[in-house]
Amino acid sequence: MIGSAAKTEALERAVKGRSLGMDAWVRLKRNRAAMAAITVLTLMTLMAIFAPFLSPFRYDAINYDLVTCAPSWWPGPSSCIAPGHIFGTDAVGRDLFVRVLYGARMSLAVGLVATLVSLVIGVIYGAVAGYVGGRTDALMMRAVDILYSLPFIFFVIILMVLFERNLILLFVAVGAVEWLTMARIVRGQTLSIKQKEFVEAARAAGVSGFGIVRRHIIPNAVGPVVVYVTLTVPAVILTESFLSFLGLGVQEPLTSWGTLISEGAAQMETATWTLVFPALFMAATLFCFNFIGDGLRDALDPRDR
Amino acid sequence: MSKLLEITDLDIRFDTPDGEVYAVKNISLAIGAGECLGVVGESGSGKSQLFLGAFGLLAANGSATGSVRFRGEEILGASAKRLNAIRGGAVTMIFQDPLTALTPHMTVGRQITEALVTHRKVGRAEAIARATEMLDYVRIPEAARRMKQYPHELSGGMRQRVMIAIATITGPDLIIADEPTTALDVTVQAQILEILRTLKEEKQTALALVSHDMGVIAGMADQVQVMRRGEIVESGPVDEIFYTPQADYTRMLLAAVPRLDRAGDLPPTSSETLLQVNDLTVTFPIKGALFQKPRELRAVDGVSFDLKKGETLGIVGESGSGKSTLARAVLKLLPAGLAGEGGRIVWMGRDLGEAGKAELRQLRSDFQIVFQDPLASLDPRMPVGQSIAEPLQALEPHLSREKVRARVRAMMDRVDLDPAWINRYPHELSGGQNQRVGIARAMILSPRMVVCDEAVSALDVSIQAEIVALIGELQKETGLSLLFISHDLAVVRRLCHRVMVLYLGRVVELAGGESLYRKPRHPYTRALLSAVLTPDPKAERARTRTLLTGDTPSPLDPKAQLRFLKSKLADESYRPRLVEEAPGHFVAEHDAIS
Repeated sequence: MIGSAAKTEALERAVKGRSLGMDAWVRLKRNRAAMAAITVLTLMTLMAIFAPFLSPFRYDAINYDLVTCAPSWWPGPSSCIAPGHIFGTDAVGRDLFVRVLYGARMSLAVGLVATLVSLVIGVIYGAVAGYVGGRTDALMMRAVDILYSLPFIFFVIILMVLFERNLILLFVAVGAVEWLTMARIVRGQTLSIKQKEFVEAARAAGVSGFGIVRRHIIPNAVGPVVVYVTLTVPAVILTESFLSFLGLGVQEPLTSWGTLISEGAAQMETATWTLVFPALFMAATLFCFNFIGDGLRDALDPRDR
Repeated sequence: MSKLLEITDLDIRFDTPDGEVYAVKNISLAIGAGECLGVVGESGSGKSQLFLGAFGLLAANGSATGSVRFRGEEILGASAKRLNAIRGGAVTMIFQDPLTALTPHMTVGRQITEALVTHRKVGRAEAIARATEMLDYVRIPEAARRMKQYPHELSGGMRQRVMIAIATITGPDLIIADEPTTALDVTVQAQILEILRTLKEEKQTALALVSHDMGVIAGMADQVQVMRRGEIVESGPVDEIFYTPQADYTRMLLAAVPRLDRAGDLPPTSSETLLQVNDLTVTFPIKGALFQKPRELRAVDGVSFDLKKGETLGIVGESGSGKSTLARAVLKLLPAGLAGEGGRIVWMGRDLGEAGKAELRQLRSDFQIVFQDPLASLDPRMPVGQSIAEPLQALEPHLSREKVRARVRAMMDRVDLDPAWINRYPHELSGGQNQRVGIARAMILSPRMVVCDEAVSALDVSIQAEIVALIGELQKETGLSLLFISHDLAVVRRLCHRVMVLYLGRVVELAGGESLYRKPRHPYTRALLSAVLTPDPKAERARTRTLLTGDTPSPLDPKAQLRFLKSKLADESYRPRLVEEAPGHFVAEHDAIS
C-alpha cells in the first residue's frame, strides 16, 4: 500500500510539469564555470549596491594630503602610502575602492538596462518582421537599415544637445542603437524556424500567428539571442566608457569603469594601481558574462549535450 | 576456398560521455568472391558501423578490435596509407544519400575520373573515355554531356547511378552498398537494383548490401545476416532465412513487412460525404533569371475526389507527384501569397475558399494532420505533453489546466505512450514514440478527418506495422476519415478503401483498393506495383519487372503529362482525361500497353 502510494506520488511529481525554465536551471546548475560566474557577478552587484556601507570614505570626498597614494600593501614603487585606503587613492585623493564600486553601479546599470531595452525591442521587431514576411518584412528591415546608417556619435550628441544630459537618455541612446543588430539576428532565425515542420504543425493545430511567434519562434531563437546578449552587455559597458571619455556620459563626481580606466591609463607608469583595480573589475565582469552566456546557451538547448 | 573478406570477432565501441557503448558486438562473417551478402537490421542495429569499422572509417571516438582479413591480409589497424590504397580501389562504397556523398563543386566527370587516376594510374584522356563508358553502363542517358554537369543538375536516381559508376570504375572486388536505394522512389529503386544485379553477374563483383528492407535483400542476396543491437541474430543462405527463419526476431521482421497481396480488414464507411475536392489546382511561381518572366509550376493540376465518412483514401505517388502539396492545399496550410490555388474544397457543405481566417481556425478542430518526420514536426523546446495539448489550448481555450492535462494523459495512454512521459522532450523519445506523440496531437480534438502525410515512411518496419495498426484502431473506434498519403503501395493496401495514384500533379488512376491492386489499368500504376519488393526470394528472382526507363520528367516540361499518351504529343497542351473504365474505377487516358 505504502509502496504504491509513494509511486503515485512520484508519478504525480513527474507529471506535474517541469517548465522549460526549471529544466534549463537544473542544467545550468551543473555547469561549474557558469555557476562560478553567476556567484562572482552577484557578489559584485551586491557590493555595488551596498557600496556606501563597505567603506568609511565617501566617493566624492577629496583629500589633498593623499594625492595618488598607493595602498599600504602595494608591492611596487609609489610616492606615498595611504593607510586605510585598500585600493589607494586617485589624483585628487579620493578613495579608489569606493569609486570602483560606484563605477560598477553605473557600468552594470547601463549595461543591463540598455541591453534589456535592445532585447525587448529587437526580439519583438525581428520576430514580427520575419514571421509576417513579404512587404511588411521588407519595410521593417529597410527602416532598420536607415537607422544603421546614422552615425551613432552624432546621434548621441544631438540627443544630448536637444535634451538635458541625463542618465536615462544615455540608456535610451545606447539601447536604440543596439537593438538593430538584435532585430536582424532574430529575423534571420525566424526565417529559418518558420520553414520548420513543427511551425506548420502548430498552424494545422489552429494556433494563431501571435501564438506561434510566442510559443515556437521566440523560444527556438533564444540560443543565438542569449549569446548576442552576453556580447552586448560588455559592448555597452565599453560604449558608455567611450561616451564618458568624450564628456558625453557620466559626469564627475559620479564615475564609471570606463572613466576610471581612462584616468588610470593616463598615469599607469607612476600609479599603476589606479589602472589595475578598475580594469580587473571590468575584465572579471566581462568574463563572467561570457561564461554565463555559454552556460545559458547549453542549458536552454535540450538537444545537444 | 579462401574468402574475399573475413571478419572474425569484431567489436566496435564508442566512447561517449555516458560511458562505453558497443555498436557491434563479437561479429563474424565472410564474403566470397562474386557473392552478395545481405546485412539486414533496423535502425541502431550497428549494420552501417560494422563495415565502416572494418575499413577504418569510424568516427574519432570509435575503436574496433578483432580481425578483418581482406584477401587474407589483416587490415584492421593497418596504416592509413595501406587502407587508402584498398579503399576506393579494391573495395568501394555506395552510401544512402547520393547528394551529400558527391562533392557539389566538382563536375560529375571529374569525380568519376578522380578515383581512376588515383588508383589505376591511367592518363586523363583514357580516364574520361572510361568514365563515359561507365556512365553509359549504369544507364545514364547522354553520358558525354552528363560528364560536364554538376551533381545538383542531376536527379536523385541519376546521382545514385553516378555513385555506382564511381564505385565500379576501378574494377573493385567488393562493393559495400549502405542502404543504396532507401532515399529513392520505388521505380528508381527497381532500376538501381537492376544495375547492381548486372554488375554482380557480369563483373563478378562481390557485394555487401546493407539494408533495412527485407524486400531489397530478398531479391539480391545469396547469404543473409540479420542484425539486432550490434549482434547477429541469425545468418544463413537467403532461402533459409526467408522461408524457414529460426529466430523470433527474423520472423517478426518478416511478418511486419507490408504485403501487396494482403488487405487489412477495413471498417465500414457511411454514405455521407465529408470532403469534396473539385478540380483543385496549385501553382508555384518559379523565378527565372533577372528580367525573365517567372514560370508556373503546376504542383497539383485539376485533382477531384471526395471522401466519405469513415473512409480511408490512399494517395500514392512518387516524389514530385504533388501528393504533399495536395494535402496542404486541402487543409488550407499553403502559405498565402506564395502558391496560387484554384478549384473548390468543400468541407461538410462549407466551401473552405470562402471561409475567413477565424472560421477556418475553428474548423481546424475537425481536420488534422500527421507529418512524415516525427522529430521535425515536434518543437524541440517543448515537452511532448505540451505539444499534444497545443491544439486543445488553441481551439478550446476555456478548458482549465487540469482538464487539459487529464485529456493529454488519457490521449497518451490511448496511443500507448506512458503518461509519465508528459514532460519528456522529443529528443528523449524514439522515432516511433515521437510519431505516437504526433498522432496524439492530431487526435486530441477528436477530428473527423486526419491527413497522414507519409506518416510511417520514416520508421522501421516493425514500428511501421505498429503505427499502421494504431491508426487503424483509432479509425475503428472513432469513425474517422483518413487521407493516407504514401509512396509505398504496400502500406496503403493495408488501410485504404480506395486508392488514388498521382503522377506529376494529376490523377492517373482512382479505384477501390481491391480493383486497383487486382487489375491495375494505367501503365504507371502497373510500373509502380511491379516495382514493389516482396520478402520472397524465389518470386523476386523470377520476376520480370515493368521497368520505367529514365527518370520522372520535370513537371515544367509541358510534354511530361503525355508520357503515357504519346499519340497525342502533337498538341502539347492536351491533358489526359479520366475515364470510368469499370464502376468506380477511373483511369487516365493512355496509349494501349504493348
